[in-house]
Amino acid sequence: MLELRGVTAGYGRTRVLEDVSIEVATGGAAAVMGHNGAGKTTLLRVAVGLLPVMAGQVLLDGEDVTGLRPSDRVRRGLGYVPQGQLSFPQMTTLENLQLVTTDRTATDEVLDTFPALRGLLGRRAGLLSGGQRQQLAIARTLLTRPRMLILDEPTEGIQPNVVAEIESVITDLTRRGDLSVLLVEQHVGFALRATQGYYVLESGRVTSSGEGGPGAVDAVRAAMAV
Amino acid sequence: MDAFTTPFLAGTATGALLLIAALGLTLTFGQMGVINMAHGEFLMVGAYTAYVTQQVVTSVDLSILVALPVAFLVAGSLGLLLEATVISFMYRRPLDTLLVTVGVSLVLQQLAKDVFGAQGDPVQAPGWLVGTIPVFGYNWPYRQIFTVALALSSLACLAALLRYSAFGRRIRATVQNRDLAETLGIATRRVDRLTFFIGSGLAGIGGVAVSLISGTNPGLGRTYIISAFLVVVAGGLGQLKGTVIAAFTVGIATAFFADWTSASMAQVATFALVVVFLQLRPQGLFTVRTRGLA
Repeated sequence: MLELRGVTAGYGRTRVLEDVSIEVATGGAAAVMGHNGAGKTTLLRVAVGLLPVMAGQVLLDGEDVTGLRPSDRVRRGLGYVPQGQLSFPQMTTLENLQLVTTDRTATDEVLDTFPALRGLLGRRAGLLSGGQRQQLAIARTLLTRPRMLILDEPTEGIQPNVVAEIESVITDLTRRGDLSVLLVEQHVGFALRATQGYYVLESGRVTSSGEGGPGAVDAVRAAMAV
Repeated sequence: MDAFTTPFLAGTATGALLLIAALGLTLTFGQMGVINMAHGEFLMVGAYTAYVTQQVVTSVDLSILVALPVAFLVAGSLGLLLEATVISFMYRRPLDTLLVTVGVSLVLQQLAKDVFGAQGDPVQAPGWLVGTIPVFGYNWPYRQIFTVALALSSLACLAALLRYSAFGRRIRATVQNRDLAETLGIATRRVDRLTFFIGSGLAGIGGVAVSLISGTNPGLGRTYIISAFLVVVAGGLGQLKGTVIAAFTVGIATAFFADWTSASMAQVATFALVVVFLQLRPQGLFTVRTRGLA
């Protein structure tokens, strides 16, 4: 379970998040939505440990991890797929995966989830398309064997046929039961289909929250239109 | 033939020395972006380690072989200490790092003067490095051949470490994107320290080679540091292939210029050539190519 309790955070003196509290239950999935600049990515960076809090706490399975480095949080079961299909461009696809583990069974498992990567193992990641890089980014994070997976706009800037594939994988992951998921996503319909709860962020504050599912689409769109 | 072979082979040995000095910088400056002006003093420490080892291990034939790993450890440990106590507080502040490490280099030079004296000490070459082998009319000293072999072995070890080992992958990942590496569970602070240890240790090995050619000297580091930085920049930051080509080109060009003019004019001409080259190709010989925003 992941809980952000009364988190205030920002860059320099600028506060981007003000007293934000969100919770993702064990095995559950929640979406965070909001316009550009609302503080979604900042929220995830705080959860992962890339940005320190000014106030508040980050709890992972009940343990206070606020002061821990990202790598220590990863070892405690937190997985993070950042925005922008990030990879290590000079390394091959296989080397990107081997950064996490050289275990062949584990690697085979994630390659079964993303079969398109099998033929690209020897290619430098910097030469992959955006969609391929995003699949690599998710596969690489899955290799860390997370219990809590955080995804930042996984379908942003990706061609439509690959988007469908990535959406299907994420939906499957959120229904696995042994994995909690926190998803930041611009596509409201997909985000609500894939999760059971949502939070809407506006100017660094949670302005609306509720249960997910297709029925919540209108409520979320109304909250985001304010 | 002599007019070509002599400067070419002598320049190859100079290039090899530059290469060992630059290999460590490829890691600490090229990969990590740290301008460590005390790197030359790690060469000096390596040279003095060879001298001290020779006082302890009295068999001259054996002492140099013992000195190589010892110099790696001693210079590496000094680098580790410098990283942990000074440089780690100055990441992303290159100018501050430059100034502070200039100070550290002066401290190390003075320390060497106080301990060993201002005059240098000779390091005796082992019997198996005394002599020459005729190559196209030039009697190539075994010591120079040893330097070339040592540089190429160090290069091969470093390349293999970076390319094939898990630790090498972690170094490359940390260099390319520190935040992303952290979020994959890589303890980047530990990687920084080990990278600095290896980079500084390589300078220690270079110091042993230097000591066989010119003995020890508290100011020995200054002779190589500027050229080594130029080699790393001209080769393309963090690019081993470029560093190798740049090191041998600078070494050989300097030897040819020295043959045609004088040793000091040769330095001027070589530096001028590197400056012109960097005007034409500021990114150095090799750069990273990627598709879009990788």
